[in-house]
Amino acid sequence: MNSPAMQQPHLNKDIRRRYRKERRFKGMCIASIAFALVFLLLFFADLINKGYPAFVQAEILAEVNYSETVRDGRYRTAVDHKLRKIISRGWLRTLPLYLEDHPEKVGTKETKWVIATAEVDQYLKGHANRLKPKYRRLIDQMKDEGKVRLAFNTYLFARGDSKMPELAGIKSAVIGTIYVMFLTMLFSLPIGIMTAIYLEEFAPDNRFIRLIEVNINNLAAIPSILFGLLGLAIFINVFGVPRSSALAGGLTLSLMTLPVIIISSRVALESVPDSIREAAFGVGASPWQVVWHHVLPLAMPGILTGSIIGLARAMGETAPLIIIGMIAYIPDAPGSILEAATVLPAQIYTWAGEPMRAFAERTAAGILVLLVVMLSLNGAAIWLRKRFERRW
Amino acid sequence: MSIGQLAFAVLAGMIPLSYMLYRLGAGKARASREQGATLHSQPGHYGWYAVIGMAIPAMAVSVLASLLHLTGLYTVPAVMLLVAVLTVGAGGAWLALRAIRPDLRARHAVEQVIHWLLIAASITSILVTLGIVLSVLFEALHFFKMVGFWSFITGTQWQPDTAFLVGAGRTAEGVAEAKFGSLPIFAGTFMITAIAMLVALPVGLFSAIYMSEYASRGLRDWLKPALEVLAGIPTVVYGFFAAITVSPLVVEAAAAIGLEAEYTNALTPGLVMGIMIIPFISSLSDDVLNAVPQAMRDGSLALGTTHAETIRQVVLPAALPGIVSASLLAVSRAVGETMIVVMAAGLRPNLTWNPLEGMTTVTVRIVDALTGDQAFDSPLTLSAFGLGLVLLILTLVLNLISISVIRRFREKYE
Repeated sequence: MNSPAMQQPHLNKDIRRRYRKERRFKGMCIASIAFALVFLLLFFADLINKGYPAFVQAEILAEVNYSETVRDGRYRTAVDHKLRKIISRGWLRTLPLYLEDHPEKVGTKETKWVIATAEVDQYLKGHANRLKPKYRRLIDQMKDEGKVRLAFNTYLFARGDSKMPELAGIKSAVIGTIYVMFLTMLFSLPIGIMTAIYLEEFAPDNRFIRLIEVNINNLAAIPSILFGLLGLAIFINVFGVPRSSALAGGLTLSLMTLPVIIISSRVALESVPDSIREAAFGVGASPWQVVWHHVLPLAMPGILTGSIIGLARAMGETAPLIIIGMIAYIPDAPGSILEAATVLPAQIYTWAGEPMRAFAERTAAGILVLLVVMLSLNGAAIWLRKRFERRW
Repeated sequence: MSIGQLAFAVLAGMIPLSYMLYRLGAGKARASREQGATLHSQPGHYGWYAVIGMAIPAMAVSVLASLLHLTGLYTVPAVMLLVAVLTVGAGGAWLALRAIRPDLRARHAVEQVIHWLLIAASITSILVTLGIVLSVLFEALHFFKMVGFWSFITGTQWQPDTAFLVGAGRTAEGVAEAKFGSLPIFAGTFMITAIAMLVALPVGLFSAIYMSEYASRGLRDWLKPALEVLAGIPTVVYGFFAAITVSPLVVEAAAAIGLEAEYTNALTPGLVMGIMIIPFISSLSDDVLNAVPQAMRDGSLALGTTHAETIRQVVLPAALPGIVSASLLAVSRAVGETMIVVMAAGLRPNLTWNPLEGMTTVTVRIVDALTGDQAFDSPLTLSAFGLGLVLLILTLVLNLISISVIRRFREKYE
């Protein structure tokens, strides 16, 4: 018979092998999580790197001549001819209208910072551009004289979409997003919370109620693009809601958000302990009084958290809105919920399809704005939960 | 004045009116209490009773009018509708105010109405599902009547470009017949989904194991939301990232090992989508791993196994149903994902095994078919609904399997 001591070297080898395996396994786990986190970091770094230059914009100090020829439509004569190719043509085109509104300015001159073309902008930022060598020299020279600068890009926030990248902004998309989100909230919040109250507090346990519950879970798993098909076939084709309108978008997104709000509200209502209900019944409250005066106020922080997260998700949604036509070219902010509108994610999608480099920069800037809003909404929801959460 | 504006005006007018009626009803109840009568309900209930008395008939008339308008039977002139709503509402309010007496059981009436409102809200979700199924099914049947179900399912060529000529009745002019064989489209969908799962499954599962088995509680509370940020990023942002940043990298990497890749290849959206669905797998798996009782781990460790052996041979088998169900949900998410593939995968249906070539997916073709300027009843537009129907069935089946896996195979621990 072998003594334990004689087996020792063999055993040691086996144990060493098993512990090597253990370390390898743990290493794989750490590597996976590091992979996901590093990706997240690189992803944000890449977007910020691509987007932040769009927050500044090239401007040129030029003498603008408000002559009568300009007012009559020959707007290009407003600036010195050698500057005409480097000042945004879209901006020059606004001059006749400006002079019609301000007749007192006709015949005067003004030296001011005006917006340059996208090519000048890209050249100044050191990106690839198609600026001719002649103008590159001119820009270099003007830079030495202090007549060219990169200033904060107000156009990005103060204007709607444009075919000229230097004039394109997110204003109409932001207003469209506000309309759509307001409508989504208006439709989905009351219906969602009411459904949750009914299912959690009043519903009898029968087959019909179970059908509704299974159905809500299925609804949460349906791809968002199918909600777009529903919006197109029902809201637009049957009910005659105008295509591309904020109303169509709000209705479609509210149906998509509904299951999220119902599920999170039910969890919030469920976490209110039964002792609260029993105490309220004990002093003679009716079922509705129990819910309205006692259960709902206690569940409200949870309901709000879930609703904010659901609405933030709806805000980043693009696919169903494309289907109902909300990717139209919208230079001016919509005046009502029935007019054609676009939303921020859809604007990002249309800009991403533009071939010019300056648009890619603006796309990334739009993405940064969207991400900041969405992350702060989610942050607010988490803060709300931490602040008001109650453990029973 | 359009019907929409009218509805808005009526609704806006009803709010101050309701407030007035509430004050009147509650005031009347309060007055009779001051005269010494015992009220059955609180004065507020009588106020709401009056409001409901006005609102229900007024709403009924508006709904009736809009139904008549929508079905095209008869469009009630706006002014007439306004007058009708006001008259009926005022009549209802008058009756309700007259009915208010101390012994009126106002609370029961009000709570009955609330109860029915809650039921109506719950039925909305059923209506939404019915709406999706019916709208997709109806238009899809239209499409299959034109194209034929079997040639749609088994055909290998998708050439819808001449569909508009057929729609215009110009079939006899020697144009090639439009073909709607969906096989290459589904091949592309499954290829991209498979690539996504190859990324998401190992990374998500190992991350979940780390979070639930190795990480301290504090670290886990921090890691889980950090990973979930990945699922909260809008998909259009992933699409932009895939098209602008990842796609050139993939092409360069392929060139470095001597392969040629198209810019709109299937690998790029697959990889990015895989990263997007990591949290679906990691968070759900983390939950099921945590549900495995500690006693099982302790028992296994007491027999002298290493930590990794315990996880592989005891914890993972116990949590398997939950992990399978999480993966199925992730697959259904990947199949239905739209923006990443629209922006980074190709438009060309391509039946191939090479992920470096461009492939298209169901969702891309749906978007493409509905963003063109074709008539709604052309076969190309309707093909979107045919594809949508298959997508709907696919996700519902995946969801149902995932639920039944959890139900049937979950071990019950005390």
